[in-house]
Amino acid sequence: MKMYKGEALKMILTYALASIIVAWILVPLGLIFISAFAVPKEYYNIHKLIPLAFTTENVYTLLFVLKAWKSTLNSLIVAGLTIAISFALGLPTGYSLARFMFKGKDTFKLLIIGLRMFPVIVLAIPFTVIYLKIGLADTLIGVALAHTAMSLPFVVLITSSLFSGIPVDYEEAGMVFGLSRFEAFFRITLPLALPGLAAAAIFVFIMSWNEVFIASVLVLVNRTLPADILVSALNAPDPLKFAAGFIMVLPAMIFVFFARKYLIQVWGITIR
Amino acid sequence: MRGKNKIFYHNFLPYLLLLPTGIYMGVFIGYPILETIRLAFTHPYTGEISLYNFQRLSRDFHFWNALKYTFLLAGIVIPIQVTLALGVSLLLLRRFKGSNMVLYIFLIPLTISDVAAALIWYNILTGNGYLNRILINLGLLKSPLHFFGYQYRSMEILAIVITEVWRATAIVFVIIFAGLQMIGKEYLEAADVFGASTYQKFRYIILPMIKPSLQTALIIRTLFAMQIFGVVWILAGRDIPILAGETYYWQIELKNPNVAAAYSLIIACISIFLGFLYIKLLKPEYLER
Amino acid sequence: MVSVRLENLVKRFGKVTAVDHISLAIKNGEFVVLLGPSGCGKTTTLRLISGLELPDEGRIYFDDSDVTYLPPKERNISMVFQSYAVWPHMTVYDNIAFPMRIKKVPEDEIKRKVKWAAELLRIGELLDRYPHQLSGGQKQRVAVARAIVVEPAVLLMDEPLSNLDALLRMLMRSEIKKLQRRLKVTTIYVTHDQVEAMVMADRVAVMNKGRIMQIGTTEEIYNKPANLFVAGFIGSPRMNFFEASVSDTILDTGYFKMKLPEEMKQVLEGYETVIVGIRPEDIHPVERGIPPGVKPIELEGRVDFIEPLGSDTIIHLKIGEILLLVKVPGSYIVEMGRKLKVALDFNKLHIFDKKTEKAIL
Repeated sequence: MKMYKGEALKMILTYALASIIVAWILVPLGLIFISAFAVPKEYYNIHKLIPLAFTTENVYTLLFVLKAWKSTLNSLIVAGLTIAISFALGLPTGYSLARFMFKGKDTFKLLIIGLRMFPVIVLAIPFTVIYLKIGLADTLIGVALAHTAMSLPFVVLITSSLFSGIPVDYEEAGMVFGLSRFEAFFRITLPLALPGLAAAAIFVFIMSWNEVFIASVLVLVNRTLPADILVSALNAPDPLKFAAGFIMVLPAMIFVFFARKYLIQVWGITIR
Repeated sequence: MRGKNKIFYHNFLPYLLLLPTGIYMGVFIGYPILETIRLAFTHPYTGEISLYNFQRLSRDFHFWNALKYTFLLAGIVIPIQVTLALGVSLLLLRRFKGSNMVLYIFLIPLTISDVAAALIWYNILTGNGYLNRILINLGLLKSPLHFFGYQYRSMEILAIVITEVWRATAIVFVIIFAGLQMIGKEYLEAADVFGASTYQKFRYIILPMIKPSLQTALIIRTLFAMQIFGVVWILAGRDIPILAGETYYWQIELKNPNVAAAYSLIIACISIFLGFLYIKLLKPEYLER
Repeated sequence: MVSVRLENLVKRFGKVTAVDHISLAIKNGEFVVLLGPSGCGKTTTLRLISGLELPDEGRIYFDDSDVTYLPPKERNISMVFQSYAVWPHMTVYDNIAFPMRIKKVPEDEIKRKVKWAAELLRIGELLDRYPHQLSGGQKQRVAVARAIVVEPAVLLMDEPLSNLDALLRMLMRSEIKKLQRRLKVTTIYVTHDQVEAMVMADRVAVMNKGRIMQIGTTEEIYNKPANLFVAGFIGSPRMNFFEASVSDTILDTGYFKMKLPEEMKQVLEGYETVIVGIRPEDIHPVERGIPPGVKPIELEGRVDFIEPLGSDTIIHLKIGEILLLVKVPGSYIVEMGRKLKVALDFNKLHIFDKKTEKAIL
């Protein structure tokens, strides 16, 4: 590669800094993987620089002896419900904002953007009181409904941006050739928006999967994984904590690996 | 009749589509906010409207500590995050082999929860953690450094700051980097052509042009910082009281939703106040008409 | 002010060679236009000269110093960008002052020079405005003011007029040209608009596929195109071309034949097939009378289509399978479908080698 005079040093510096950044992120991640699978005896021997004997025992104990599989399942259910509810509500709204001009549109948009900034943990306390009244106390659907408050503005903003990016002409061409507006949406616009919507769903999944405050306030018995760990982590032996950290990190990272390009786009939309 | 129906339908379709979201926002956001206010101003024992909860708070040193530590943590963490995010953005603006990979890796923490991040750094900083392993095996230390426990509170703060910087710099970075990429390439090239050094280009062109993104990043980060919970709760418990932690404590441990609601309300008010403050202070004047 | 010399510049983007062994010498104070269709490498060449891109091969000299690998800021150049790149967060004054502030020019001198440049470009009353309050034409003037205020060694312009409307474009091209004459700054100007190029340039470099096809004055490029590409690219409507076989004393296109004069016979010696070109304005309807000095070759065809353009009319004349475009004054009226006899000006014929596409005559 051709370089400017005196540029070689800059390039070396660039790579050095880039390496430090990469290490700053990856080393802690790698270490929790190691600790999660380290044989406890090795882990507790401080004179070993790095544990070299590995076992799946920590993860096993956490999941099946301490029944963390149940809270993991609960987390998945809550995340799934949150995705379903926030898309059922947010998709039509996003479409409406993208395709129509109507009175009050700007006000509504502002409301959504404002909600995005709203500290959702404020809602957790009244939810407990309200849920007691309507029979949603200690239910997963209750947590999902609360998580929706957090994810809905993002879903609306993302879907509206996705739909705006698909020329209305495609839909209108479909309508000219005999589709109704609904058919045109389902057969033309929706398939085109699908990859972006999938990324948005992953985004919602991560939000819900990671949320701990609302989940631990609203559910005392059927805890989600982060809530379970928050309450029991303080008493568990260290290797189990690391196994827990590993389990929490894994699904999000897998999703992100597959959808990384789209996710950057989606993050870009949500912060505009 | 059909025609009329159609016009009705066409005029109301956009509103019809907004309706589910509208109802949800009313029932699950609007109403709970009112409920928070009602709870916060209700006496927990008599059920009368009263300022009791707030008086109770103001006499509690935990409240003042929570306020102090929440702001202290925000005050330490946010400047580090913004500086770091700016630095990484500028680094990645230089295209080099593998720069995309660095970008993706730097974004990984966006997907990691506060609880998991706290465990990840606990793993490094605890007595048997890798930091102590390295220092002891290199012979630099005789006995491990302690980061956790009530008597090591300043070390706990350090651990929390490290974790927060590791975990949440990415969100600041995403916002700033997006803003940076929206600057037309020719604006920067013009600076090159007219002789600006790297520093001058940053100071006089890049920084003023990403002011809107910087504003967004600061607002979002500050609002999140007011809600900091998981990291502190895992790493320090109530050794370092924070506003969200106290809310949790009053709700779950003391089973007093009224005081918890008062805490929530205070968090909300501080957030809204800070949001407005940033918007007022950081408005880019050149965009005004 | 310096002379600029490019030696065998090559720039590749992946598999595409954007600039392919370009050599070019530009004199001190000269106004050279790089002209070519989009994707011909003219903008890349300009960016190599500016230092915004680095060449894969070759050298760039300003006077005798090698600047090939110097960053832009060390080259003492100025540039007017296609999008103007007038910084949106600075007032017009600050925009124009920026290059001088970077060079640590004293503030009172900056003030004087900004005023000078602003008056020169008639934007004196806009100095306190922000770019979003300006029209495209005004932004363009600011960009030019910013570029000349530092008295650069070389002034580079990348299609600076392409975003303006037709009227403003015409006005600005004469203004920029006058300005350059006054400042005597070595200027390299990129455009795809041949009229712009021909009006403004001291010399035009016609580019295609990363190479310079011909460099010369407007007159040279127009009257003595060095190859088929330049002949076809310059001039509107396009030059008429037809293939012809050469045999001893006769040039035969298949539709008409020409007897070659003695001096041409020698030049065409050894060629079998050539391309003959003639510009539409060098063909005259016989019935209007043939202008003096024209050495006529007469042909007859049928009027196939008429394009009245107001001042001129373009007649599409069908001769066998060939379509010949003829440019006549707008006052001359012909009817479609009738027969018309025209005279080609033998002195204005261009002849190209079919294989190499280079001009023989």
